[in-house]
Formats: sequence, C-alpha cells, structure tokens
Amino acid sequence: MKREFKGRNVVAGSAQAIAIVSRNGMNTLATFQKSILAKKKTVFGSDQNNADLYKKEITGKALCLPRTIGSTTGGMVLQSAASLGLAPKVMLFSESIDSIGAAGVILADIWTANKIVTIDSLGQDFLDYMKDGMSVTVKEDGTVIVE
Amino acid sequence: MEYKMILTDEEKAILNGSKGEVMAKVMKSLVMYGEVFNAKRMVQITAPAHFVTSFGISIMKAVFDIMDELNNAGITTIDKFTVDPRPMDFNNVKCNPLEKLVFGIMYGKQDDYEEQLIKIGLKDKKAFSCTCYMDEVGNIPKKGDILSWAESSAVVYANSVIGARCNRNSALIEMFGAIMGKVPEFDLLTDEGRKATWIVDVKTSQKPEAQVLGSAIGMKVMSDVPYIKGLDKFIGKKMNEKAKDYLKDMGAATASNGAVGLYHVENLTPEAIEKKESLIKEKAKVYIIDDAELERVKKNYPVIWKKHDAKPSRCFIGCPHLSYNQLIEWTDRIGKELDKNGKKKVSLETIFTAAPDVVEHFKKNSEYYNRLTSYGIKISSICPLMYMNNPICAKRAVLTNSNKLRTYTTARYYTDEEITDIAVKGDITR
Repeated sequence: MKREFKGRNVVAGSAQAIAIVSRNGMNTLATFQKSILAKKKTVFGSDQNNADLYKKEITGKALCLPRTIGSTTGGMVLQSAASLGLAPKVMLFSESIDSIGAAGVILADIWTANKIVTIDSLGQDFLDYMKDGMSVTVKEDGTVIVE
Repeated sequence: MEYKMILTDEEKAILNGSKGEVMAKVMKSLVMYGEVFNAKRMVQITAPAHFVTSFGISIMKAVFDIMDELNNAGITTIDKFTVDPRPMDFNNVKCNPLEKLVFGIMYGKQDDYEEQLIKIGLKDKKAFSCTCYMDEVGNIPKKGDILSWAESSAVVYANSVIGARCNRNSALIEMFGAIMGKVPEFDLLTDEGRKATWIVDVKTSQKPEAQVLGSAIGMKVMSDVPYIKGLDKFIGKKMNEKAKDYLKDMGAATASNGAVGLYHVENLTPEAIEKKESLIKEKAKVYIIDDAELERVKKNYPVIWKKHDAKPSRCFIGCPHLSYNQLIEWTDRIGKELDKNGKKKVSLETIFTAAPDVVEHFKKNSEYYNRLTSYGIKISSICPLMYMNNPICAKRAVLTNSNKLRTYTTARYYTDEEITDIAVKGDITR
C-alpha cells in the first residue's frame, strides 16, 4: 500500500532509500561515533540507549525520527559523516527539526559535496506508520511517498 | 537566493561575497540555520564564544578542511574564545603502549588543529575546558548576554544558572556566529522560547543525586524547557557555589540524556526568581519525580562492560569538569572513606578532571593538593569522553559518576557515594 506524507523542506532534493526508524530522539554522537572512529564503510548505530537503531545500518538509508538529541558536536558529526559518504541519504523528522540536526544537514549542504535530503514536520502519523525496510521516495516539494 | 529573514544591507552584501567567498559561506550557513527556525533577524552576540570541538581527531577531515578555508582567508573570531578539553594527558592518565599508539593515530591531528584554533582566535593554551564559566577560566557571560556557544553542558549552564541567552548550537555553527559576531534570533534567544512547557515536581525524600535527576528530566522532556519545583528545599534558595555545582552536574545530564538547553528552578535560577510561574506555558505537562522514579531511571542504565562483574580498572570523576570547591569536597570525601577503611591510598586508579586554571588554583592550596596526591589520586584536564573514544580504552572497566560519560561511552555509572566506596576498596561488589 502506498501512502503519501507532506512535510517542510529543510534541505530540498529528490531521493529514494529504504527506511530505518527511530521511535525516540536519535543521539547523533552516540549513534555515529563508533563506526566513524573505527573507519567503517557503513555506520551501524552504536547508541546503547536507542534500541531502534542499535547495531543497525544507517548509511544510505531514509532515517525516520522525531528529532536528534544529545551532544552539540552532533551537527559536526553529521557533516563529517556526509563528507565521508557515511550519512543517511535522507532524514525525515516527524517533529520540527532541532538545532543540532538542522546544523548538521545545513553544514553538509553548504560545506560538503554530499547533501542529506531533509524534511521535517511530517507528523506523528508518519512516524507511527513507518517501519524498517519500507521503501521511501522523496520529492523536491517535500512530499514523501512510502511503499 | 531569496530569504525570509530580514537582513541588513551589510549582511546581504556579505552573503553576496563582499567579504569573500568563505565569509559568504559562513553567513549562508547562519542564515539557512536561522531560516529553518523562522528567525526574523540576526542579533549581535555580546560575550566571547565557547567552542565544543577541541579534538584533532584524524577522521574529522571535513572539519579541518573548513578550518583551513577559514585560516587561509585570514578569518578570525571577533573576541577570543574558549574551547572544550583536550583528549589526552599521558602524564596523569596513564596508557599502555597499545592505547598510546591508538591515541597517536586517532588524535594525530591534535597539534595541527590547535594551531588552526589559535589562528581563528583561541584565548590561550589553557583555555581548554567544558566549564569555561568557572571564575578561574573567566569566560563568564552576564545575565541577558547573547552567546554563540556550543558544548551542551555549558550552554544549559549559561542559559539556566546565569540567565544568558544561547541556543543549543552545533559545533561549527558556534564558530560561524563568533566569526560574524551575530547569530539568528530564535528559540532560547526569545522570551517566548524560554518559557517552560513542563513542570517537574521533585518529591523525593532526600536531595536527589544531581546526575540521576538530570538524566530523568532529560529523558522525559527531551529538548523542552522544564520548570523544576521542589528542588530548592534541598539545594537552597541562594545561588551559591554549592548550588552552582549541583546545577552544573544536573544540567549536563539533562543535556546529554535528553537535549535540554534551559531549565528553570523555582526560587533559585535568575529567571524563575524574576518571573516566577509566569514562565510556565499554559497546559504545561507535569512530571513527578519521587524516589521510585529515580530508582527506575538508574536501574535502566545498561551495563555494556563485556564482563558485568569485571574488576574496575579506572574511575573518572569530573565530567563536566570539577569546580575548585568540588575538588575540595571530593578530597574530603575520599579522605573520610579512606580513614573509615583504615587505608592510606585508593585501591582503584582514580582521576579527577578540572579546567587547567582550576587545577592551578587547587595546586596553590598545598594542604589539599598534597592530601589528594597522597591518596594516589591524579588530577588532569582532559575530556574523559574523548579519552574513552579510544576503542582500546573503551574496553577497560571504567567507572564514573557522570551521566554524560555513561551515555557516550562504555563507562559505568555510580552515584557519588557508591563511587567513593568503590574507589577506596577497588571492588564493585558492595
């Protein structure tokens, strides 16, 4: 079954990816640091407090989440992940994006060649509907199509 | 490009390259950041910055490249700034050869990065601490100051304890604000954004452990602003050094276990004293914290040591960095426990961390400094979190009384009382 959601573009773009879903806020530093430090080619979530993402592949995915939480290095971590090709392809926020998450995707957009297409304010319905493995298509106008 | 923010002619000119391509990118980053949060304008910062990125970690090449771009364009911050602690101190935090080798690879860019920081406007070589607001360090904003800071524990302290105004900026964004001397005005920079959407009612039978209370609040309210009632009966109604230390540790836990950038404590923090319950928004949610709730929160901390009953190998106390008074208190606390157990030295390698200027102050108190060293305790100015990022160090069974360190590393959390006992006896089976 196909469902459409509409959000606000933070970093506009079109993309397709497979969903991975965090029901609670994602702690960016805690989630990304282990894989980045170990120079892995793919990020596997390393936040012990986030069972939804823990040990799951995040690179290249459509990461669905309410918001990011935790250390203020988070934006830089996302930007670095993007520059190393380790970031999610798409970030889909059910809530309004937080300041650390916003910084990360903006820094990636302006200072690296690898943008993370980002839409926020998709609503709780969206997050409730999403499941790991769903196919996500994002359009330039902030429409998210889930199959 | 069209922007909704109202920009001055000068700001528009910078965006269009009047001060060069790199400054245009700096301005664009700030403007895009403000646009996302519906900021209407840029406002001037009124106090020096504090940066979160202190570590020259080799894989953060993207950050070094940005620093190079800024350095090559001769760009500096308007005021001298402070920055988070360094990752290593081989004199006081001993490492085996393998750990040292990995540190050398991991933080191989440390010296180069510090050079980049100096070129941008770092205050001096001692300006490395997460507690830049300590008297000894001297990066102390005033109530109402507009800041461009990062470091979650420092931001929440500046907002809540001092009453300055700062958003939870990310690394790099804080640097761009300090370079431009301006930040977009939204959220915690506005009166409306500083209002509480949660009432936290502390109903515990005794003073709650600051780090567990902060953790509970952070996990519940996430990035919202809580108005905390019932805490003043335990920590008083005066913002003295003891209260500041308690709030520093509690705030760090709210910011790392959640994403709190500001809290108000009834009858204690400056805005709560001034505006009282008018700070609470209508329909604010309520979170009651009693003994059982704190116990529930603490019990749910996962233990990620490979061997749960491993013999501890090291203990870190001071994340965020300890104040001078806390160094005194901890020296007394450990001394008392040693006396109780008929011992002269701690049985577990124990490291206190504090800002370089605070350590210098403490060393001048020769009575206490000599006592501390006689107990076998080391004092350092590193960031324990950066230390624990070394995958070899992460395999050690490390203890901490810091909920921030627990959250980001494999370190295991214990309360102040528990950790004192363990440090003295060297054993986690009480």
